[in-house]
Amino acid sequence: MQILKHWRLERGAAAQNNLAWLYFDKSFADQSESTNTFSSEALRELSAVCAELKTNAPSKISGLVILSAKENGFAAGADIDEFTSFKSADEAYAMTVLGNEVFDQIAALPFPTLAMIHGFCMGGGTELALACRYRIMDDGAKTKMALPEVMIGIVPGWGGAKRMPALIGAMQALDLMLTGRGVDARKAKLMGLVDVVTPRRHFINAAKQFLLKAPAPHQPAFKDAVTNWPIIRGIVANASRKQVAKRARKDHYPAPYAIIDLWEKFGGDPRNVPRENPASQYSLYSHPTTANLVRIFKLQSRLKALGAGDSGVKHVHVIGAGVMGGDIAAWCALRGLKVTLQDLDYARIAPAIKRAAEMFKKRLKLPHLVQAAMDRLMPDVKGDGVAHCDLVIEAIVENADIKKKLYAQIEPRMKLDAILASNTSSIPLQELSGGLARPERLVGIHFFNPVAQMMLVEIVESPQTSADVMKRAQAFVKKIDKLPLPVKSAPGFLVNRILTPYMTEAQIMLESGIPAETIDAAAKEFGMPMGPIELADVVGLDVGLAVGTELHKAGNPQPKKIQELVAAKKLGKKSGEGFYKWINGKPQKTDASSSVSTIDLAPLWMRMTLPAVNEAVACVREGIVADVDLCDAGVIFGTGFAPHRGGPINYLRASGKEKLLAEMKALEQAHGPRFKADAGWDNI
Amino acid sequence: MKKVYVVDGARTPFLKAKSKPGPFSGGDLAVGCGRPLLARQRFAPTEFDEVIIGAAMPSADEANIGRVVSLRLGCGDKVPAWTVMRNCASGMQALDSACMNILAGKSNLVLAGGTDAMSHAPLLFGPQMVNWLADWYGAKSFGQRTGVAVQFRLAYLAPVIAILKGLTDPIVKLSMGQTAEIVAERFGITRQMMDAFAADSHLRVLAGCAAGHFSEIEPLIDSLGNIYTSDDGVRTDSTPDRLAKLRPVFDKVYGNVTAGNSSQVTDGAAMLILASEEAVARHNLQPIGAIIDSQWSALDPSEMGLGPVHAITPMLVRHGMSLQDLDALEINEAFAAQALGCLAAWESTSYCTEKLGLDRPFGSIDREKFNVDGGAIAIGHPIGASGARVVLHALKTLQRTGGKHAAASLCIGGGQGGAMLLERL
Repeated sequence: MQILKHWRLERGAAAQNNLAWLYFDKSFADQSESTNTFSSEALRELSAVCAELKTNAPSKISGLVILSAKENGFAAGADIDEFTSFKSADEAYAMTVLGNEVFDQIAALPFPTLAMIHGFCMGGGTELALACRYRIMDDGAKTKMALPEVMIGIVPGWGGAKRMPALIGAMQALDLMLTGRGVDARKAKLMGLVDVVTPRRHFINAAKQFLLKAPAPHQPAFKDAVTNWPIIRGIVANASRKQVAKRARKDHYPAPYAIIDLWEKFGGDPRNVPRENPASQYSLYSHPTTANLVRIFKLQSRLKALGAGDSGVKHVHVIGAGVMGGDIAAWCALRGLKVTLQDLDYARIAPAIKRAAEMFKKRLKLPHLVQAAMDRLMPDVKGDGVAHCDLVIEAIVENADIKKKLYAQIEPRMKLDAILASNTSSIPLQELSGGLARPERLVGIHFFNPVAQMMLVEIVESPQTSADVMKRAQAFVKKIDKLPLPVKSAPGFLVNRILTPYMTEAQIMLESGIPAETIDAAAKEFGMPMGPIELADVVGLDVGLAVGTELHKAGNPQPKKIQELVAAKKLGKKSGEGFYKWINGKPQKTDASSSVSTIDLAPLWMRMTLPAVNEAVACVREGIVADVDLCDAGVIFGTGFAPHRGGPINYLRASGKEKLLAEMKALEQAHGPRFKADAGWDNI
Repeated sequence: MKKVYVVDGARTPFLKAKSKPGPFSGGDLAVGCGRPLLARQRFAPTEFDEVIIGAAMPSADEANIGRVVSLRLGCGDKVPAWTVMRNCASGMQALDSACMNILAGKSNLVLAGGTDAMSHAPLLFGPQMVNWLADWYGAKSFGQRTGVAVQFRLAYLAPVIAILKGLTDPIVKLSMGQTAEIVAERFGITRQMMDAFAADSHLRVLAGCAAGHFSEIEPLIDSLGNIYTSDDGVRTDSTPDRLAKLRPVFDKVYGNVTAGNSSQVTDGAAMLILASEEAVARHNLQPIGAIIDSQWSALDPSEMGLGPVHAITPMLVRHGMSLQDLDALEINEAFAAQALGCLAAWESTSYCTEKLGLDRPFGSIDREKFNVDGGAIAIGHPIGASGARVVLHALKTLQRTGGKHAAASLCIGGGQGGAMLLERL
């Protein structure tokens, strides 16, 4: 047999039940990879192992156990670097076929096969596990099983779309495949995905005992089995399509629709799909969304890498228990840090504690974990935490004088190496560092609302911020599972600066008589997750007005209606009325569908989004972020900007610079100089 | 004699038990006051040598609640922690155990105190139900199960209320309130005297609150966002007239002890940091005072309310002190009858000679120095915590008034008294 680089096969003797143990251990010779991924080389080696086991005395093997030798998990799925290196759809398709053939080999082995799963088990990892007859899963908090292919615009094409519905029924399987979400061991057992859940320390013993009995493979319950019957299948597929349509448009995101088709019409096997069918690997591979989503996935990894290293932060002191400060404090406590939360009195802190308790219950579920998180989050009216913490996050009112006064009080009490961070969304740090004894430790750590949902955190660097403080701030953000984006300190930083012209233009359009519903529908057609008028209401009109005023450029028109609404205390969703009336957390929109369908929305979204694109260009030119990729990443993860378009600069490039410049010119003539192209367009 | 220093202390608001379990468990309460207490120290929670918690009724899921509290407070895996139980003086026992280890040189820095969530006291199955359940789980076949099932009686479901069991003396079979009736009878303490004392206790707490005498209270926030800033059993309307309308609850109909002139069933915790001289120097601490002596004494369980007399008297005598030498005296008000009984006993020639072995009455103390800011009748008596509360408040009173010596004491169900002699530095 060939020499293996990624798998280690151990054959047990008769005394050890004649079990064969196959360890997935990517590049084990030099341990250059800490994570198992399926490259074509790893797949071919697995194929060779199967051939060897099948031909050489299979009668002496009573079972094959497949497990990972990596600490972090079973397998992360396909090798994304190899995937992005494909030059043609043919290469991508060949990889699909290879994966299917190898996993079919596993499924056809003449003895019982058992996958033992710990840590993350994603995509191809899950598909390998599904090709085995049995699965045993570790019960640890980090153990998760998922088919997340949909998130990068492809389908679970190595047998996942075939074997998972067969194993647990289509309703459950489609839910996992269409959302890409992961399930823990408890949930996986409940769904029937795994046969046994046990701590990893018992894996060897469990494998021996389980294969000794070799029970009948798992069968779906009757209610799950019927979902695969031909008559029922169509009903389930149509219901799923309706569900998907609520979240993703088919023209923007073809993958979820392809997954449903693949399962319903082609037995879950991509080899059965005709090349020209929209559900085929060829169609998906050539769709621009796929490349954009893959790029976003890689950008996410890049942002994570920016948070490498140790922040040294174990105790965070948050000052200001409002919506932002309170939620930042809760998030840090959720992620295992000790947190003291300071405000002027208990009444200001109590609502934050209440929200934290709700979030902990929702996310941690188990009472002892909720209790531990609550214990980590301490109300601290006296501010005793300042003296012990490694990081202060200030999230008080957006007023430079008040912030500076606070810094003057707390800086002398802070540990010498503690970081002082402001969550300011608009005040340049240079204005705040004036009175500090150690201005090099001031950094902006700018979270977005709602803290629990928004992945991005801007790490704002002033000219005085030390490189070490920047690095530690980035590492802190990574530690709490957010994505750090280093930005230069200029008004609005990156995200708000780019979002504001878009929001402003939408409001100017509203004031010119275009219905809010039409404007929102246009933005959604472009690919925004939520229209700008509705978003303004959700964020809060007072907040929006403050940012808009701060970033307003002389000579440009300023929306009036938002000022009137704020003056009338109509602040949006939180007060029950803003641009829309809100009932039970839902905006009351008049049915615009009839009129919308007759209007060409493209000119509307063009007019709203181009100011944002133009501002993004300006940010890149000014060096607010290091490069174009980080600009796109920031705008996507900070605002949800049309992910399938890959961010504003990517959208610019894909649409063609000349075409958009012409649009800008026309808009400039129609609406004024705010549409004047930034000087940076020349270099894009 | 070597001193044990009290570095700092804090307690929760004492929360009166309503009909349902309160918002905090015993562990939650200890964490609730221990967390801010530790946050303001110069040293890290991991630097304690041990944690000792007094608890008289810890819940079933907080076994060795001392260790639970220690870990939840972030003292870390390596700090040993234990739980002590001496009924109403459990919190004081925790302090005394800490003192003993510090004086013996085994510990230098100890977190000690007490906690009890009395509103969480469980309802138990009676022995008949337990036996029936044992038979049921033991029955294997359908026939056996049927046989067991028909033996079931609805009456088996009647719960045993653990808190009532806990507050009844198992030897003399008297409730704690009945022992107070006995003390009242011995010293001729009338219903009017009890109600007047109770009303005064409320007034003193209200005045103390207004004057800011309860700085040791750390407010709590529950998971619903409710804020608890002060002892919620204190009433502005507890006048002698209103108290006179309440019915006696222990010796029913003809007795004198009512819910109004007894301490309240309450949830609460109090925690102190005790240190040796060495620890004070090492961490550059500024103690608020010192515990210079302690005394445990015992007496007839049916007069347990006089325990403080038996504990305080020999402790003061061996320091050559009289009651008048104290600048503050805190005696836990388990019952108005019992607190008044202690004062009467010290003034009684016969009691002092016969029971205390003195040759004359021990004397009296100015009412201004005795429970100056009220007591458990208004504040409440979470039995595990009260011992730590009275010590802490006595020290806080010395700090405020500039007095030198104080004593803190409790009567203990089962017929004991515990006391500590305190000094301002």
